[in-house]
Amino acid sequence: MILLLIITAIALIISFILDSKRTIAGIKKGLNMFVNILPSMLNVLILVSVFLYLVPNETIVRWLGKGSGLKGISIAAGVGSISLIPGFIAYPLASILLKSGVSYEILAVFITTLMMVGVLTLPVESKYFGLKVSIVRNFLSFLGAIIIGLLIGLFL
Amino acid sequence: MKKIIKKLGLSEYIFVVLFGLFLLISRHFNLNLSGKIERNFWLFFSEMITFLPFMFILVGIFDVWVPREKVEKHIGRESGIKGIVWVILLAMLQAGPLYGAFPVAYLLWKKGCSIRNIFIYLGAFPTLKIPMLTFEIGFLGLKFSFLRTLFTLPIFILIGFIMEAYLKNKQFQVKQP
Repeated sequence: MILLLIITAIALIISFILDSKRTIAGIKKGLNMFVNILPSMLNVLILVSVFLYLVPNETIVRWLGKGSGLKGISIAAGVGSISLIPGFIAYPLASILLKSGVSYEILAVFITTLMMVGVLTLPVESKYFGLKVSIVRNFLSFLGAIIIGLLIGLFL
Repeated sequence: MKKIIKKLGLSEYIFVVLFGLFLLISRHFNLNLSGKIERNFWLFFSEMITFLPFMFILVGIFDVWVPREKVEKHIGRESGIKGIVWVILLAMLQAGPLYGAFPVAYLLWKKGCSIRNIFIYLGAFPTLKIPMLTFEIGFLGLKFSFLRTLFTLPIFILIGFIMEAYLKNKQFQVKQP
């Protein structure tokens, strides 16, 4: 995060020295895009906040701890696809899951779907790529995540 | 005219307004369900607001400075394996959740990046970011992280190829929202 700030600041300074008019046009362009996407973004954040309230970490631990094998993988893939948990919460959570006996296989499915599949972010994604393409991408990523989990299960 | 703008603005933010009202009402009646939701919301909101505006400003600056031919040459349709390596490296150096990758994908598309590389970028972004990998290694161990990366890499490259084939004759574009 701090790195991004530093990079942005340096880019802005260099850009300003080279051509201030162009820089302002660039900033305007960027902020315009931000303002346009803001309502969809806020909606997603609200959905996620409500979702995490309805399905708190303890519930996720209980669900994923319950099943093993195919059932466990399906639960992990489902929960991982729907929830949108930032990394700084997801990894500590995964480490708790590991300690409570959840297999690496299921963890890999959970983490990969969490990262690559976003059901709740579909409204934002489809603004860029269209609904159909977004669904296809998410579906392929979903299949991919399950394959990754199964492969990890073979090795760990 | 003004009315129309007002209506449009309100309809886009209607969900946000309702959410605000809900928080106010439940606060007023002291329902404890809103506290956790509110805390969640501010947590995610602060995560978003601390990086997304800068990301967009960078995208804007990049847009006005970098010529299309340059981008197209490196990650465009004819770029081959080198192009794949470039977009993966770009994705690895970034931070933040997946939704932060969409505006960058739009920009790459606009500058002539191939469909395949756009989707490879979208696969690499959430899974191979260096800040995230260090976090993952810390919590789940080097072996897990290494294997997951090893298996994830070919999978999202394959997804890139599949998306390219799927969208070949479909006049696909990445839109600016």
